[in-house]
Amino acid sequence: MNMIEVNGLTKRYGNVLALSAVSFSVAEGELFGLIGPDGAGKTTLFRLLATLLNADEGTATVNGFDVVKDYKSIRNCVGYMPGKFSLYPDLSVKENVDFFAALFGVTLEENYDLIAPIYKQIEPFKDRRAGKLSGGMKQKLALCCALIHKPKVLFLDEPTTGVDAVSRSEFWDMLSNLKQKGITMLVSTPYMDEASRCDRIALCNEGKILCIDAPANLTKNFDTPLYALAADDMFALLNAVRSIPNMGDVYPFGEFHHLFSHSELDCGKVSDELSKKGCNNLTIKKIEPTIEDVFIKLMNNE
Amino acid sequence: MNEPIIHVENLCKKFDDFTAVNQISFDVSRGEIFGFLGANGAGKTTAMRMLCGLSFPTSGMGTVAGFNIRTEGEKIKSHIGYMSQRFSLYDDLTVFENMKLYAGIYGLSRQQTLQSIDEKLEQLQFASEKNTLVGALPLGWKQKVAFSVATLHRPEIVFLDEPTGGVDPITRRQFWELIYNAAANGTTIFVTTHYMDEAEYCSRVSIMVDGKIEALDSPKKLKEQFSVQSMDEVFRTLARRAKRTE
Repeated sequence: MNMIEVNGLTKRYGNVLALSAVSFSVAEGELFGLIGPDGAGKTTLFRLLATLLNADEGTATVNGFDVVKDYKSIRNCVGYMPGKFSLYPDLSVKENVDFFAALFGVTLEENYDLIAPIYKQIEPFKDRRAGKLSGGMKQKLALCCALIHKPKVLFLDEPTTGVDAVSRSEFWDMLSNLKQKGITMLVSTPYMDEASRCDRIALCNEGKILCIDAPANLTKNFDTPLYALAADDMFALLNAVRSIPNMGDVYPFGEFHHLFSHSELDCGKVSDELSKKGCNNLTIKKIEPTIEDVFIKLMNNE
Repeated sequence: MNEPIIHVENLCKKFDDFTAVNQISFDVSRGEIFGFLGANGAGKTTAMRMLCGLSFPTSGMGTVAGFNIRTEGEKIKSHIGYMSQRFSLYDDLTVFENMKLYAGIYGLSRQQTLQSIDEKLEQLQFASEKNTLVGALPLGWKQKVAFSVATLHRPEIVFLDEPTGGVDPITRRQFWELIYNAAANGTTIFVTTHYMDEAEYCSRVSIMVDGKIEALDSPKKLKEQFSVQSMDEVFRTLARRAKRTE
């Protein structure tokens, strides 16, 4: 049985189509990523699956329960960490944990094994009010509260947004540990570099799923010749590439620009041409795509 | 013209016994794209608020666009541009009305206002959306309009606080082209970001750890200095040295 089944979910807010006939499934124990920018419909999808909203069209089940008919059963077996900090700022760390435990009729001690690796990091601050915690600490507390009743499924809506690169990677390590314990997870993120931490991902944009696959398959099946280019003046290089007809699309990509070429290139020839246009110290080489390249290509195909 | 647009010496900010910014000193030259990086809680926002005339330093001195950050905060505010991810335009005003409002706040004449707005709309190729309510625009467009609004009064320097958070990958790149363009026209850019690929676009990058600037150089030199391949690795190496937990 799939832990999450989504069939043709559609949700409108007035004239805005937030989610457009979205379908996918998540197997038991899978770590599934929803990857896309703001406005992709990620939060709406979480709210539908957490039974906080009803869809206009389509159906979904979580742990075999229907999101409309069996909403009470779903609420007992899922943990939900919303994108916005939603705990009680006036209660202490320990009080928040105890409160959520009481709601689900459990105790911290009962499920301590599951949350111990995370809780131990915030335990030194257990008497501090939640509102006074740093961002990273708040995030850990929210995760503890979402796990307190040992849910079968965990919904994590942008847990790493606005968090620095080191803390982000530590957070994903925590999720990998939870996966070892058999918890199914649906996680959303706008950071494409986090895709590789998931078993499978759905790339989403503007209410639609562009594609679903294992991250490695997505990059393996990328069939556009992709080149990395660099020169002393990167902005001039960008304009120089664009001034050559039929080269394809070129985007800044950090240290290099990425050229989504229409065909295989003779790098030497292109290099000569760009040198004539005044680009110095040129590097041009064929490269393997990243998830972000895949995303850009799919957006352009839309 | 050759004097730095930002000059800071031993800048400190303490909140009770907590030193958020600890004796930082640096210069930013005119026309640079200056990346201001650091882990959460390293002191970036506090430092940036002092530079923008929004917070008074505990000690140390500095100038921004030729004005003293201790005594001329108001002048600084009128000579810089500022945009953050959280800074929002007015959703129930149109693109044009938002631009006109900010032009008014910055004291542009009627003629300057109209000319400046026309230029910005043309640069964004957005003239057709002039009368669209900002609330109806996709986030990526809002961010591009916000950047235009922040530079409407042609500031010598513009401060961008995580301008591309949550934006789709194509728009994120279009946004950086706006930055490149502004810099090519002589505007100094002071920018923070959590995307390490964006650090590569900067002329120079500073990295704050526990209130201090622990590294400051071009991306190329920083990578050499730490013997690593990417700015991500430079950042990770430094951020792991942090002792304080935000």
